[in-house]
Amino acid sequence: MVGIVIVSHSQKVAEGIKDIAQQMAKDVKIIAAGGTSDGEIGTDALKIQEAILEANTGDGVLIMVDLGSAVLSAETALEFLDEELRQNVRIADAPVVEGAIVAAVQASTGAGLEEVIGTASEAYTLRKL
Amino acid sequence: MSNHIAAITAVGQAIIKNKEYLTELDREIGDADHGINMAKGFEAVITKISSLEEDKDIGFVLKTVAMTLISSVGGASGPLYGTAFLRAAVPAAGKFELDSLTAQAMWEAAITGIKERGKASRGEKTMLDALEPALEAFSEGIKADKPLFACLELASAAAQKGVEHTKTIAATKGRASYLGERSIGHQDPGATSSSIMIATLFEFCRSYKAEGV
Repeated sequence: MVGIVIVSHSQKVAEGIKDIAQQMAKDVKIIAAGGTSDGEIGTDALKIQEAILEANTGDGVLIMVDLGSAVLSAETALEFLDEELRQNVRIADAPVVEGAIVAAVQASTGAGLEEVIGTASEAYTLRKL
Repeated sequence: MSNHIAAITAVGQAIIKNKEYLTELDREIGDADHGINMAKGFEAVITKISSLEEDKDIGFVLKTVAMTLISSVGGASGPLYGTAFLRAAVPAAGKFELDSLTAQAMWEAAITGIKERGKASRGEKTMLDALEPALEAFSEGIKADKPLFACLELASAAAQKGVEHTKTIAATKGRASYLGERSIGHQDPGATSSSIMIATLFEFCRSYKAEGV
């Protein structure tokens, strides 16, 4: 099953998104990687790297990011991975909350990484009103 | 303390000293955290490298600097400077002294890393607007057979000129890009922190040379 890492500037936001997504997809490995190592607002590539390793069960990992340095830190984390694993990890260009939820649901069906990332990207089209 | 650890410590102290100034610049066109984040990162760096064994080479120390910045800065400057130091560490692996050509290779690697990580190029009101002209001036110094500290002097002047140039251009990368044309007239905080680092390295090498060690 594809694993999911939630990257946010806030640990609370990352945990919250994880909780919402997990409710929809109990068996998917979802790991929150929010805030810096000292618990401040920000992002931390090493924390993200650890989350990727934890989320990976062999079928790849999708990373959901909020904004700004979250993208740069996620890309930096990719650089720390083994080549083999790196091929199996993607950053989704998608809204972080909606994207994480639909990606988790898709992953829970046993879909592959490409399909899960495709579903996450489609979250852009979800209208609220 | 080994020379390279002393040099990095001096760079860190200069950034910490300029915390308010960098934050003030970032308040104008960004999210007012550049000085705070960079000072926090280098405080962690200074603590970390002061506890390293004396026998660690420059590559190892720079890698330590990189990983510390990456995990403690929090903002975009963490992965950007972190990647720069990480890439610069590669040509410096196993070395305990720097010659000009190695320094040039490190600088090039650092710039390539920042460009890749930030998907940025010169002229977008970023740290590259200080780092690239500085490297060009440094390389001309090497061509003219100048000693390392003199090459750094040229680089430091070019970096400062680059910082001045950022006042005349609009930001297209990072938080300042939300301001677009309104960012003109303000100097870039990232270019400023890069320039401070280069100026500090020059001062460090000059005093090192003056001591005749």
